[in-house]
Amino acid sequence: MSPLSSIKDHNYERRLFIARVIFASFVASLLLGVVIARLVQLQVLNYEHFAERAQGNRVRIEAVPPIRGLIFDRKGRVLAENRPAYQLELIPEQVDDTDDTLLRLAGLELIEADDIGRFKSLIVSGPRFKPVTLNLRMSDEEVAHFAIQRPRFPGVDFRPRLIRHYPNGPAIAHAVGYVGALSETDLEALDPARYAGTGQTGKTGVEHSFESTLHGDPGYRHVVTNARGRVITATSNELLDSLPLDAQPTPGSNLFLTIDLDLQAVAHEALAGHRGAVVAIDPWSGEILALVSTPSFDPNLFASGMSTNQFNALQEDLDRPLFNRAVRGTYPPGSTIKPMLALAALETGATNLTRKTVCRGWFSLPNSTHRYRDWRPEGHGPMDLHDALEQSCDVYFYEVSIDLGIDQMHTYLDQFGLGQTTGIDVPGERSGINPSRAWKQQAFRNPSDQRWFNGETVIASIGQGYMLATPLQLASAAATLATRGSRFKPHLVAAWEDTMTGERTLVSPERLADVDIENEFYWQTVLDAMQDVLQGARGTARAVGTGAPYSMAGKSGTAQVFSVAQEDEYNEDEIEYRLRDHALFIAFAPVESPQIAVAVIVENGSSGSRVAAPIARAIMDRYLEADNAR
Amino acid sequence: MRVNVNSRLVDEKEAPLSGFTRLLRRLHIDGPLLGALLLICAFGLAVLYSAVGENPRLAMNQVLRLAVGLSALLVVAQFPPDFLRRWTPWAYAGGLILLVLVLTSGVVTQGARRWLDVGIRFQPAEIMKLAVPMMAAWYLHQRSIPPRLGQLLLLFIVIVVPTVLIAKQPDLGTALLIAASGIIVVVLAGLSIRFMIALAVLAVPGAMVLWHFMHDYQRQRVLTLLNPDSDPLGAGYNIIQSKIAIGSGGLFGKGWTNGSQAQLEFLPERDTDFIFAVIGEEFGLFGVLALLGLYVFVIARGLWIAAHAHDTFSRLLAGSISLTFFVYVFVNTAMVSGLVPVVGVPLPLVSFGGTSMVTLMAGFGILMSIQSHRKLLPH
Repeated sequence: MSPLSSIKDHNYERRLFIARVIFASFVASLLLGVVIARLVQLQVLNYEHFAERAQGNRVRIEAVPPIRGLIFDRKGRVLAENRPAYQLELIPEQVDDTDDTLLRLAGLELIEADDIGRFKSLIVSGPRFKPVTLNLRMSDEEVAHFAIQRPRFPGVDFRPRLIRHYPNGPAIAHAVGYVGALSETDLEALDPARYAGTGQTGKTGVEHSFESTLHGDPGYRHVVTNARGRVITATSNELLDSLPLDAQPTPGSNLFLTIDLDLQAVAHEALAGHRGAVVAIDPWSGEILALVSTPSFDPNLFASGMSTNQFNALQEDLDRPLFNRAVRGTYPPGSTIKPMLALAALETGATNLTRKTVCRGWFSLPNSTHRYRDWRPEGHGPMDLHDALEQSCDVYFYEVSIDLGIDQMHTYLDQFGLGQTTGIDVPGERSGINPSRAWKQQAFRNPSDQRWFNGETVIASIGQGYMLATPLQLASAAATLATRGSRFKPHLVAAWEDTMTGERTLVSPERLADVDIENEFYWQTVLDAMQDVLQGARGTARAVGTGAPYSMAGKSGTAQVFSVAQEDEYNEDEIEYRLRDHALFIAFAPVESPQIAVAVIVENGSSGSRVAAPIARAIMDRYLEADNAR
Repeated sequence: MRVNVNSRLVDEKEAPLSGFTRLLRRLHIDGPLLGALLLICAFGLAVLYSAVGENPRLAMNQVLRLAVGLSALLVVAQFPPDFLRRWTPWAYAGGLILLVLVLTSGVVTQGARRWLDVGIRFQPAEIMKLAVPMMAAWYLHQRSIPPRLGQLLLLFIVIVVPTVLIAKQPDLGTALLIAASGIIVVVLAGLSIRFMIALAVLAVPGAMVLWHFMHDYQRQRVLTLLNPDSDPLGAGYNIIQSKIAIGSGGLFGKGWTNGSQAQLEFLPERDTDFIFAVIGEEFGLFGVLALLGLYVFVIARGLWIAAHAHDTFSRLLAGSISLTFFVYVFVNTAMVSGLVPVVGVPLPLVSFGGTSMVTLMAGFGILMSIQSHRKLLPH
């Protein structure tokens, strides 16, 4: 306590205090003025800037994927469409016990137990609010099953989306192809801007080669997101208002194929149980009427997602169902090239219509004891060109081949398109081999291997040895025989249609260089002989062709998978099935005004005329009887 | 306090007293002050409801805190200033002991030791918010003002000891406010202007010393203020987002519960220290000025009460409480609008959180006590 002597001057103290209050108020007003000035600066002077930044914070542009174009056959039947399907999704932030939930879902067989690990890492890696897809395509039973159980699975739900559907499944899988999940590799080849929001892309078939036509262009929409990127959809207030206009996606174009679904189905059925391929072509346009490779697969598995096990099963199947034999399989063409060689020999003078050879069942080169066998061990007897084609005499062609020579052989087969890709509009086509001296020099590194031997010319004349061709090439060659030298590029797509305007773009037939054989008489001779193969008295496939209501021409082929040693007897039953000869057949009809040309190959089918020819007949029957005639 | 039995508490305008005014007087409540406080609280509650994403449970929570705060105000207002003055040394001493206890055995939350847990959890620093200015006013009450140099030294110790103890928790925001409340008492008591200028000059080396003792996160806040864009996703994020929120509010704001920065969670700590940005965004410049106007009214009314108080203790205490309230408002608004570094100072009566609410209301209770227990001359 201070001594009482210091008497307080109350009035002075009060005045001092009030002066200080005024001083303090002044300072406070100054400070408050600074704050208000700051607020004016932010809210009035820089309003535009900050309003824009607030907008930039909340609004994000999201791509809206276009709807993929449909695929139809030549008669407008659907080959590929987009179907609503339900997918099972899990939203991590809404699930208390992820492990338990996944295990219980596996228990209900809604997901595969093998995939749980994969799902877990997906759930951990993404944002908590982003749904993780557990099952891309639920069956109706699965949807019903889950719907009952749904209350037990908070945070798990099913959601509709469009998925690609192929109503004809395996029958047309190799022509149409399929779509699958977009991979990193796919994205390198595609325009990322167009594929923002797209999850799938064409992987094979026309789905792949016409990807840019089918895909369409994405639209975009503005969405409101919060600080963590969660899209805000339902709020009661104005946060969603005043968004810029969205752009609708442009759907992809619809595709019309040249394929005739009926014909395709007949071919697929006829090949059932075989490994093989069928290609049918309209000779005067190059339009592919049927393109089948068996065994096939269900393309819907790719479009809707399959389990690892299913995929491995397809990959590891010894019969290679994913392999498109029609355009990628290369086979020794066997005797199917004889009509073309006959034309070449006539044109070059290597043979003539009166030349006759006596077939004893084998042929040897001069100064050699090696016997090149005829398929008929006892021989065919005296043969002219017509007989040699009709009965497929090997010895006649062995002899002629020496006069023709490998390089002329090559030249004319080349004009029929062998040894080169046809340019068909599905991916992955192989070129096969049309051998020549030049080819051999290039194909082999070792100089001693680069020399061409006459013996190689001999076996090339029956489509063996180095010679390899795809079913597509053989079908195209058959079409060229049918048109007597006019060639058209094979193609699968007839037209596409802009889904917005309905405007159709037609693919016009692309004519290729004619075969350089102008003598109509040569063509007539060879085609007559080919007709007799099926419909003559001694034709190799007369069992198939007789009694048909229309004229047809063809040529069988039986290609050795391996060489039979010189003295061994050939015994079908003893060798393993997979080492049996491949059966081939090319045909066209009607002979006088061809509308369809077919090539059939049945792997290990043993006999072209017995196994492959009936398939060709069935296809031609179907096409010509079904009133397709133009 | 000498009680004169014959004297009555009267007002010049005694005659037309309404029943309501009489009730307020009996409860020792200052009507204008209470009215302004209630308006602020109501506005704050509406803003808070928007800031917590229209969560009724959290809003209810705040309503409860307001109720507790108003009760504290009512209770404190009943104690006459003389009574408060007599208990001041005890309150101050007790507060110091508790602060030491916090440092030795406090509860650690979020890296800071601020809480004592004795059945209920509380922050002893809150006691000091009132005890420090009371102690300074108590000391000066018995002496002539302006204070002499020796007395200033003692006052310095009175202020600095709790400030340092709180800064060590660490709680820079509270330490700052407590130091301010004490310093304000000294300034109001007539600290010479020359002395203040001298201190301001000394502040530069002082700041360097302070820098030396600051924690890394505190230094970071200063650096961030100077250049928020240097670390837009880290320490600068808060300031950038709050400036965007305030600026995008414009003159009239985006409307209640429609602030995209706040509602879409771009603005951090939108219900606590940064709630001022929500007001700026949703109510615009006009909304912000309205709130500031209410604050100014409260402060002005407090200073009016101080100016009319009858003794030094009451005067200094009332002045300090009022101006400290201003410091609250200033530091928070300046920090949220990016004028001063981010220190943990809530927007008074609006930010979510209970501890400071009770202290603030108790402070206003003291103001009302000072106003309502004023002895007036009889007729």
